[in-house]
Amino acid sequence: MNQATGSQALIEISEVRKTYNAGLPNEAEILHGLTLRVDRGEFVALIGPSGSGKSTLLNIVGLLERMTSGSYRLQGEEMNGLDDAELTLRRRTKLGFVFQFHHLLPAFTALENVTMPALMSEGRVSDKQLEHARELLAAVGLENAMDKRPAELSGGMQQRVAIARALVQQPPLVLADEPTGNLDTASSDEVFAQMRRMHAERGISFVVVTHDPRLAARCDRLVELIDGRIARDEGT
Amino acid sequence: MSSLLGFELRVALRFLREGRMQTLLIIVGVAAGVAVIAYISALISGLQSSTLTKTLGAQAHITIRSPDDLVKPAALEATGSTTLTETQPRAQRLRSVANWQALVPLLESMPAIAGVSPTVSGAGLALRGEATQAIALTGVELDRYDRVVGLRSKVISGTARLSPGESIIGRELAVDLGVRAGDRLTIQTGTISESVRVTALVDLGVRELNRRTVIVPLRSAQNLLGLPGGATSLDITVRDVWSAQLLAQDMRRQFPYKIESWQESNAQLVSALNAQSVSTALIRGVVLVVVVLGIASVLVVSVVQKRREIGILRAMGATRGQILRIFLLQGAVVGALGSLLGILLAVAMIWLFTAFVRGSDGLPLFNIGLQLATAIQVASIATVCGVLAAIAPARRAAAMDPAQAIRI
Repeated sequence: MNQATGSQALIEISEVRKTYNAGLPNEAEILHGLTLRVDRGEFVALIGPSGSGKSTLLNIVGLLERMTSGSYRLQGEEMNGLDDAELTLRRRTKLGFVFQFHHLLPAFTALENVTMPALMSEGRVSDKQLEHARELLAAVGLENAMDKRPAELSGGMQQRVAIARALVQQPPLVLADEPTGNLDTASSDEVFAQMRRMHAERGISFVVVTHDPRLAARCDRLVELIDGRIARDEGT
Repeated sequence: MSSLLGFELRVALRFLREGRMQTLLIIVGVAAGVAVIAYISALISGLQSSTLTKTLGAQAHITIRSPDDLVKPAALEATGSTTLTETQPRAQRLRSVANWQALVPLLESMPAIAGVSPTVSGAGLALRGEATQAIALTGVELDRYDRVVGLRSKVISGTARLSPGESIIGRELAVDLGVRAGDRLTIQTGTISESVRVTALVDLGVRELNRRTVIVPLRSAQNLLGLPGGATSLDITVRDVWSAQLLAQDMRRQFPYKIESWQESNAQLVSALNAQSVSTALIRGVVLVVVVLGIASVLVVSVVQKRREIGILRAMGATRGQILRIFLLQGAVVGALGSLLGILLAVAMIWLFTAFVRGSDGLPLFNIGLQLATAIQVASIATVCGVLAAIAPARRAAAMDPAQAIRI
């Protein structure tokens, strides 16, 4: 396992197990006592075959699912045992998400999608927050598409809106689940480049699940999962 | 934008706007329900008010009479023995309310009472030429009696005046006797008779009353009916018609008279009005249930359709409470908009009723109008129902597992 000694730990996962349908005949353990540490500023690729537990691990790290046992510390705070409201608050303030299928809100424009986290937190969007969202959209090359709805944007553009949205609250960590899995090569390269740029410019950590070895090779660190266990953890 | 529910309201409105046809249909559904409730409420209220006005138009709300003559047993029963007796009730003679002159100012000082009129009434005959009609003779002080039954407003010919030797008679009686305002007729009671001039003809709203009513000054009636200085009843009008029964009960505890409210003397009418009110309440209840089910079913579908969006919002940090409120607000908005439209629809239906449903005289059957208080009440209830209808779908949405919802 790659551990940067002296760096500040962002994620510390220890002996995490995840079992579905516990106690039922179809009980299945997906993660088998997995241990992983991600430091601030890292850009990690999480790879592995289908069913290896990548998405489950990402959901646990993203506080969308609870682990069955083990420990998960986010910025030094133990997540295991927090109630739903507390987990929701951590999700809102400490994590950004980019999903494979863009997952934008179709009823809202690109700008509204990006300002949604601010609206959710405070019930209103201040001029400063609006300006920040515009800057982010401009940074991902969408200055002319701010008032367009997701249905009016290409897949690559939608994913860039999703990146801007994930970054708008300036979280320490962005989790991306197959962010380019639904895009052609050109769009895929462009979206990945945007993510790398945001990482470089803003120092935000990224954990990216990908099947694409080309993109994985462009990450700083490669973590490979096979059958719910870490099979490889190395720098690229 | 206000920060209070800013996020929830914005998402709720956008979700509703997105599901255009669905939203429109349910708003129209709520509007139809609200319109039916508001229209029926106004219709029944108008009908009841008209029935009451017609019934109480020539009738006091509370009547005070002297107690009935009762047969008293000659001797008390010996202890331990039982005697079976059959008592024939006594014939009731015309008697005056004792101390009525002192009672009138006392009653008039009660805040619930709007007017008191001492009245002498009894049977008699009205004669004119060959024609003879049995009449109900009523002696009153015109101003007081007018406060109780609004007699002046019922005048259809002549001018209501009751100086000595003058009378006011019912419309049908005038036809039967062939008299007009200004003509004379003779009133006979037993061996006494008096010639009076008719100053006005009145329409009391009930044909039978119009056929028998002869109103004369109080003193004339006292003379004709052999009750000098007396009053056979005190007619009372109260400020709130429906409080008459309670007030009469209260007065029975205070005064040793026979006191009867209009509800007691018109028990069948009150039963009919109550049955009507219950039926209206039932219809309103059923329509409200239909409205609630309509809103609930649309929102249930909406929750299923919006699963992915709910998952995204939850992943971004929306709390279960915020998701719950988004759907409750959708229910409230649909209820409120539907109510507004429904009230307008009800006003239009009432206008149509007034314009096109007319009696044989070409006039509207009765006054019907939607009172602001009723409109606000119906609209508020429908809006609250919208929120109630949204509870189950909203809870379902709030309970959704974000990881699962996103995968869909």
